[in-house]
Amino acid sequence: MAKKEIDDRFKKFGTVSFTAITKTNDFIDYLANGKVMGSRCKNCGAVYFPPRSDCSSCLTSSMEWFEVTGNGKLLSFSELKYGPVGFEGDLPYIIALLDYGDYKVFGRISADLGYEDLQVGMMLKTEANVLPNGQLNYIFARP
Amino acid sequence: MKKVGIIGVGQSNFVRGYPGSIRELAFEGFKEAMGDAKIQTQDIDASIIASAPEYDKQRSPAGVVAEYLGLIPQPTFYIESVCSSSSTALKVAYSMIMAGLHDVVAVVGFQKMSEISSNESQERMGRGADIQWESPFGTMMPAYYAMYAQAHMAKYGTTPEDLARIRVKAASYGQINEKAVYRKPVTMDMFSDPENNMSADVARPLRVGDCCANADGSSCIIVASEEKAKAIHDKPVWILGIGAASEAVNMAGREMLTGLRVGIEAGRQAYEMAGITAKDIDVAEVHDCFTIAEMMAYENLGFAKPGEGKDLIASKETYKDGSIPVNVDGGLLSKGHPIGATGGSQIRTIVLQLREEAGEMQVKNPEIGLVHNIGGVGLYGNVTILGR
Repeated sequence: MAKKEIDDRFKKFGTVSFTAITKTNDFIDYLANGKVMGSRCKNCGAVYFPPRSDCSSCLTSSMEWFEVTGNGKLLSFSELKYGPVGFEGDLPYIIALLDYGDYKVFGRISADLGYEDLQVGMMLKTEANVLPNGQLNYIFARP
Repeated sequence: MKKVGIIGVGQSNFVRGYPGSIRELAFEGFKEAMGDAKIQTQDIDASIIASAPEYDKQRSPAGVVAEYLGLIPQPTFYIESVCSSSSTALKVAYSMIMAGLHDVVAVVGFQKMSEISSNESQERMGRGADIQWESPFGTMMPAYYAMYAQAHMAKYGTTPEDLARIRVKAASYGQINEKAVYRKPVTMDMFSDPENNMSADVARPLRVGDCCANADGSSCIIVASEEKAKAIHDKPVWILGIGAASEAVNMAGREMLTGLRVGIEAGRQAYEMAGITAKDIDVAEVHDCFTIAEMMAYENLGFAKPGEGKDLIASKETYKDGSIPVNVDGGLLSKGHPIGATGGSQIRTIVLQLREEAGEMQVKNPEIGLVHNIGGVGLYGNVTILGR
């Protein structure tokens, strides 16, 4: 009997992924193709980032993908001088939150931008990114 | 309405590298609380054991701890809400007594953070957030609170010096708290000296001096029905209000970055239940895992208006002789933060204050006290109001 194939695409997400199996695994294929995607409920229109497979507004499970495009406003950020296990090689790095109006996106600031270049309220765009170890994530860069 | 009273409080010394097992650690806080209540183990009808399980090697610690404390065959179970586990357990104990299920319940909080290595511990702290969507970016507790600090600074002009003042206050009381892990003085000069470790960046804009110390420790709060409390203790302290709330685990799901919504909501519930306002609070313990957390607590609990927390600390109003003394036991910053034991330790401090047994840390004649205990980065919020 053939071994059952396991869809563990999500283990590609981030410097270290802690999740392998999720119904939102297609997020990774989009990311590999340069697209950062959120999800929208086909029934009630609720918009989610990070994407979800189930809607907590109307409790249905019929979602469609939408692409995170354009610029978001930088709400806050922090530069880490110490990282968790597995992230030592990335240090120092900056995590941040962008506001897109209907939703917010949490992620990393592009390595070309330093702490001193950042200011709460400035506009940045979200881009798919390949990490040095071959893993995938997304970063915030100058528009 | 009937009341629930606190009849015994205890905590171990908060230390680095406790030289014993988790059951032995839990015994220390329990023993002190039992000595306070002056009762026997058979007088306790049920126990609730609280910790953050990511630090425990023991699976299902409740049974092991309860047996070691001599609390079998009474019912026991485990409660977890990370750093606010023992406050959540207190709420459950309150509910069990109000429901008439039990008369006397022991809430035992513990954490042996040194059970695992510092690296493992940091990795686990990162996984206290959303492991699917945020931890893969390399998140840590200080960085999340640093994002709140950054937003607070941008909106209100709060400075790193304003935050440092909170650490200086904490250390001034930590020095006189014999159970605190950090007993050294801290001055503003240390924060402006680039050679001093206090000024070293951890997660900008937060520095070493803005962060609490990990510690091993235990706490115990024994609660009883009104009738039993009056019979057992000559100075029972009453639970006047209890509030609790939860928040999106993702930063992306948060509406507010300049305060903790769970603190506001849990506070609102507790004030309403007690029928009081912030002005009625004579002494408070707030969750200062980081200096910015205490600053936000001032504003979220109504001790200061939004953005004016910095003025409250600058004018020393939260010192022992100020209008609203906060964390006059050294707080988590100096006392240390053994996750599961922290809430119980905060409750103990306020109980001792209301009984006027706080020694050198005693605030003048307090009648009503407040405990604000947060789990995760504003993920769970608990506010408990106590009165004489």
